[in-house]
Amino acid sequence: MLGKLSWDAIPFNEPLPLLSGAVIGIVILAILVTVTLKGWWPYLWREWLTSVDHKRIGVMYVALGLIMLLRGFSDAIMMRTQQAIAVGSAQGYLPPQHYDQVFSAHGTIMIFFVAMPLVIGLMNLVVPLQLGVRDVAFPVLNSISLWLTATGALLINLSLVIGNFARTGWMGYPPLSELPFSPDVGVDYYLWSLQISGVGTLLTGINFVTTILKLRAPGMTYFRMPVFCWTALATNLLIVAAFPVLTATFVMLLLDRYLGMHFFTNDGGGNQMMYVNLFWAWGHPEVYILILPAFGIFSEVVATFSGKALFSYRSMVWATLGICVLSYMVWLHHFFTMGAGANVNAFFGIMSAIIAVPTGVKVFNWLFTMFRGRVVFQTPMLFSVGFMVTFVIGGLTGVLLAVPPVDFVLHNSTFLVAHFHNVIIGGVIFGALAGINYWFPKAFGFTLDERLGKASFWCWLIGFYLAFMPLYALGLMGMTRRLEHIPDPSWQPLLLVAEAGAIVIFCGILCQAAQLYVSIRTRERRLDLTGDPWNGRTLEWSTSSPPPAYNFAVLPRVETIDAFWHMKHTAPAPVEPAYEAIEIPHNSPAGFITAFFAVVMGFSLIWQIWWLAILGFLAAATVVLIAGWSIEREHEIPASEVAQMERTR
Amino acid sequence: MTIATIDKAPAAVPTELARGRGGGGPASKRIVVAYGFWIFILSDMVMFSALFAAYAVLRGNTAGGPTGAQLFNLRSVFIETMCLLLSSYTCGLGALSAERRRPALFLMFAVFTFVLGAAFLFIEATEFAALVEKDAGPSRSGFLSAFFTLVGMHGAHVASGLIALVYLAAQVIAKGLPAAVLRRLLCWSLFWHALDIVWVGVFTLVYLMG
Amino acid sequence: MTDAHEHMYDDRTPGVEEHEPTASYLSYTAGLGLAIVATIASFVVSQTNLLWAPGIPVGLVVLAFAQIGVHLVFFLHLGSGPDSTNNILALAFGVLIVFLVIAGSVWIIANLNSNMMPMPTP
Repeated sequence: MLGKLSWDAIPFNEPLPLLSGAVIGIVILAILVTVTLKGWWPYLWREWLTSVDHKRIGVMYVALGLIMLLRGFSDAIMMRTQQAIAVGSAQGYLPPQHYDQVFSAHGTIMIFFVAMPLVIGLMNLVVPLQLGVRDVAFPVLNSISLWLTATGALLINLSLVIGNFARTGWMGYPPLSELPFSPDVGVDYYLWSLQISGVGTLLTGINFVTTILKLRAPGMTYFRMPVFCWTALATNLLIVAAFPVLTATFVMLLLDRYLGMHFFTNDGGGNQMMYVNLFWAWGHPEVYILILPAFGIFSEVVATFSGKALFSYRSMVWATLGICVLSYMVWLHHFFTMGAGANVNAFFGIMSAIIAVPTGVKVFNWLFTMFRGRVVFQTPMLFSVGFMVTFVIGGLTGVLLAVPPVDFVLHNSTFLVAHFHNVIIGGVIFGALAGINYWFPKAFGFTLDERLGKASFWCWLIGFYLAFMPLYALGLMGMTRRLEHIPDPSWQPLLLVAEAGAIVIFCGILCQAAQLYVSIRTRERRLDLTGDPWNGRTLEWSTSSPPPAYNFAVLPRVETIDAFWHMKHTAPAPVEPAYEAIEIPHNSPAGFITAFFAVVMGFSLIWQIWWLAILGFLAAATVVLIAGWSIEREHEIPASEVAQMERTR
Repeated sequence: MTIATIDKAPAAVPTELARGRGGGGPASKRIVVAYGFWIFILSDMVMFSALFAAYAVLRGNTAGGPTGAQLFNLRSVFIETMCLLLSSYTCGLGALSAERRRPALFLMFAVFTFVLGAAFLFIEATEFAALVEKDAGPSRSGFLSAFFTLVGMHGAHVASGLIALVYLAAQVIAKGLPAAVLRRLLCWSLFWHALDIVWVGVFTLVYLMG
Repeated sequence: MTDAHEHMYDDRTPGVEEHEPTASYLSYTAGLGLAIVATIASFVVSQTNLLWAPGIPVGLVVLAFAQIGVHLVFFLHLGSGPDSTNNILALAFGVLIVFLVIAGSVWIIANLNSNMMPMPTP
């Protein structure tokens, strides 16, 4: 009746997950009670949960990412602490079975539920505004994407208190992830949570490729698009090209686990290396999906805060497209040591080295943009400069690892761990934080507190170096990744430095939380009344902060790159345009409700409650069919109302 | 300053901006929807390519069990193929009827398409059942897992397509052929033709080279 | 809801009819005919020794590509005019990815398999 689910699933005998689960449960309950008592549900439902407005969806994605950052980071600090104390004869406080779940959850959450939502959220918020249009191509699908991602996040968090998570690492390699070696629900939580959110991500990819290629303001030819939109295009092309491979791979592993097939099993003719191959055929484009939007953010921020146009727009575009295509030709460098011959390893090693070239072009372009500019070091710019130094180091260690003989020594050591955290934190996280600080006023109408912003930057920067530079050294000294117990006491001093770094990063996160709190409290002092707090160059700054639901009453006519800069400096006498009625899509509960049933379906599939899984699937399908039946999806804002809203901007 | 809503191309855009270089302003809904669906189709092709790759790699892993040559009945594969190809043809004729706002004619072709598609599925289902009967089911070997998954995934897409066809035919009966319904039919035909393209790959690489 | 402006400024979409009725019926029928020929040819090539045996896989692949081309042109109306540029580019991108995934995986796994130790037969 309830499949594999029983009271045993709740970890009554494990204090850590039980306690943290209880705390999280109480916090969520408190929030729900507060919202109910204050009567906020109608507002939340109308303005946020059923919203199909890209700006609202973008904010919700970023909020999801930041909340999950807390969970992912607590996993990180648990690991750092364990490694700092479990040296020699000391055993630490996390048994191996538990430690394995922590590092698996850490990786999965950080990549899929922190980094992806942050960059997708920022693209959602900004791209339609920069393109000078009213919304993305498929607003209802956009809402579905958001809520399916949230479904995945919810399922992973449920694994903390009901059952357990995978112990395989975030990549889920067979044969460890197959039934004989992972008979419990952990791997199933991993697989279903990622499959469901993967559908959402794929829909986002389709949505944004279509939006960028088919919906732009009149006059905005391809080479007049902001660079952030170019990187968004490349990112979403990669999503469309890579996520289906992950879907297929997980389907195959699920079939092995649920129906006894033999894709990747030890017996019956399975080939485990095929999993690794297909996983990384997705996995490498994935890391470029994460970094390309960050590159775009830096291009916007550096140009704006240097008061100069971006240096060599065209080479930026070609470098972006080059990275996009090349990123699909390097994936074997993740498994140089799996035993391929010299010619295969050499080919992929050379391609991996080549892909560093367009990235180098971008770095030089950012530097040349700053050269002879009037650089203002506000928080977004600090993150940009921090990124330039940090990411270059990370990239260099990446090129080092791209050389197969070097990789043979360093594969799966903490050198590798340091490398990818170097590029992800230095690149993606710094980019997301720069973007958040930069575009927050556009989304909410007031800027964030600058002092706390700077404080969070310095904590993140110093914390990162303290936490990860020791790991480079440790990797060279022979320490492998994912160690629950440290065999060599001479490693301990460096691990203590790394622990200190993690604590400093924690201070950075506290500063961010404080920044949000203080900024909201004192927002009257930092209102953005012009819509253009940074003297920006691109079209999003031509709207009010926050923009009206329809973004632009009249779509701007674009004549150059940096359209808004051009408008500001060649302003004709403002003539009030003749407003027309504007069509706005209806809100839709389809996204939220489909996602709810997806949670039911996912949970039931994990616990093998078949009747409930079928019901959940049918319910979700019914919601989609009902939503797809209607033809009248929009309502009109009459021209007079538009005129009224524009006059009171 | 030209004024435009998201649904209409602006009235006076210089031609040098309109064509090719992409400066014509937001495209019409029909273009946007069709292009988005085209991108979805391409993503689906990538998903199939991963399954094709798995098949290519695992085709020799028979684990002491039967091989493709021993199992495949090429006569029924030929009949299936013809059914699907003809259904693509009737789908095209149906699309033409819909474009010309002839709902009754469209529905007739939709029925033909459905019947042919269902025949394809029926033949495939009997093939699968027969294989399971002789202990050549998907859990027998890596080769058979890959075979059943690749061919079965295609079959699942065909089945979903048939369900969607019924749903869309119901929309036509209820609402006629306004632009929104026409757009959905356009997407459906795109999907159906794409499935036939995948099948060309399947019957060539799996059955004929088996 | 068709706007005359649409046809002047917008790209074509795969699958959308733009010609006279007879021309389109002709297009589909011609496509069907060619596809049937290609299908029968594939079956014949693989089952008889019309083609030199080692060349059969190549012949089948060529016929498959030809038939896919027939589908794209005659059923999906993918043309070569400037209006179809976006669609062709998207298709080219898709073809590239499909090629990389299949050919890449086959090459890599074949290479890995050849380096495996000989397994004792059960």
